[in-house]
Amino acid sequence: MIDGTKFKPKTVYVTYIATTPEKVWQALTDPAFSKQYFFGFAVDLEPRAGGAFFLRYPDGRVHVRGEILDWSPPRRFACTWLVEGMKEFGELPECLVTYDIEQAGEAVRLTMTESHSWDVPDAILAGGRAGWPAILSSLKSVLETGKPLVVKMGPPAEMMEAVARAVAEKPWLKSLP
Amino acid sequence: MSKPVFVYVTYIASTPDKVFSALTDHDATGKFWFGNAATSDWKVGSPIEFHREGKLILQGNILENDPPRRLSYSFRPMHDPQFAGEQPSRVVFELEPQKDQVKLTVTHDDFAEDTKVFASISNGWPLVLSSLKSYLETNRVLRAPWYEKQEAGSCS
Repeated sequence: MIDGTKFKPKTVYVTYIATTPEKVWQALTDPAFSKQYFFGFAVDLEPRAGGAFFLRYPDGRVHVRGEILDWSPPRRFACTWLVEGMKEFGELPECLVTYDIEQAGEAVRLTMTESHSWDVPDAILAGGRAGWPAILSSLKSVLETGKPLVVKMGPPAEMMEAVARAVAEKPWLKSLP
Repeated sequence: MSKPVFVYVTYIASTPDKVFSALTDHDATGKFWFGNAATSDWKVGSPIEFHREGKLILQGNILENDPPRRLSYSFRPMHDPQFAGEQPSRVVFELEPQKDQVKLTVTHDDFAEDTKVFASISNGWPLVLSSLKSYLETNRVLRAPWYEKQEAGSCS
């Protein structure tokens, strides 16, 4: 399995949800749930550490591919994350996405942490920083009201340029010994 | 070292008018903001105070009031002596309608050097804004008996 310790947190988003840790865990790992709040992507995974993780387009194609590093229901989920389904993104180093689920009074505190193994530019981080608030706001609405939000967005233009530049220059190779 | 800036975005199934009203209403703030009720005449330059159970928690002055798009006030926590001595910071609420929902962006900046308030508000805003979203979408607020404890910086 990949060594998670080489990844450093770059984006953190916290939301509090009036539900149980078990329901949050189900929403994060169940395809019927994820399709509602995750821009239509279905989660497809092997429920164990070392198992495969996918986010799939409605037609079944792979959008995100990863490997599960931590499978500790209903407290902690971590997997590597490579956006394979979009031009050039699949050539970037994979990042690490971790969900921490904690009871907080009568609510649940959900913390999403996106971590990277290289000195990733802000223009690339902008994609996740725009996307996670929409995804996790919608997740909260699904669990509290049964109704997802409909947020339409694509990657920021400067992100597309930054990804193309990074893929051409491969700065992560320079930090290897 | 650049000064810290806290940014939090949430999407709420509501209208800009309703979100703006909740942010500027005594009773609504008292409900979603864990008892911290806002009092102000909301005119630019006027004072704003938040009281909880008769105690002054937070004070500032209205910097911008452009309903239902933009609200800003200076921000000086008063409930804890370690914060009250610090120069006031600034919070800005920006509301953008998106079809049948609202994108709310909260930007909190202009902190003192060596600020202690920044760490506290970084913990506090996700909770307050999650509760605001629940209040507007479900008419229920999040129950947070741990709120004061966390606000005081105790993690035990």
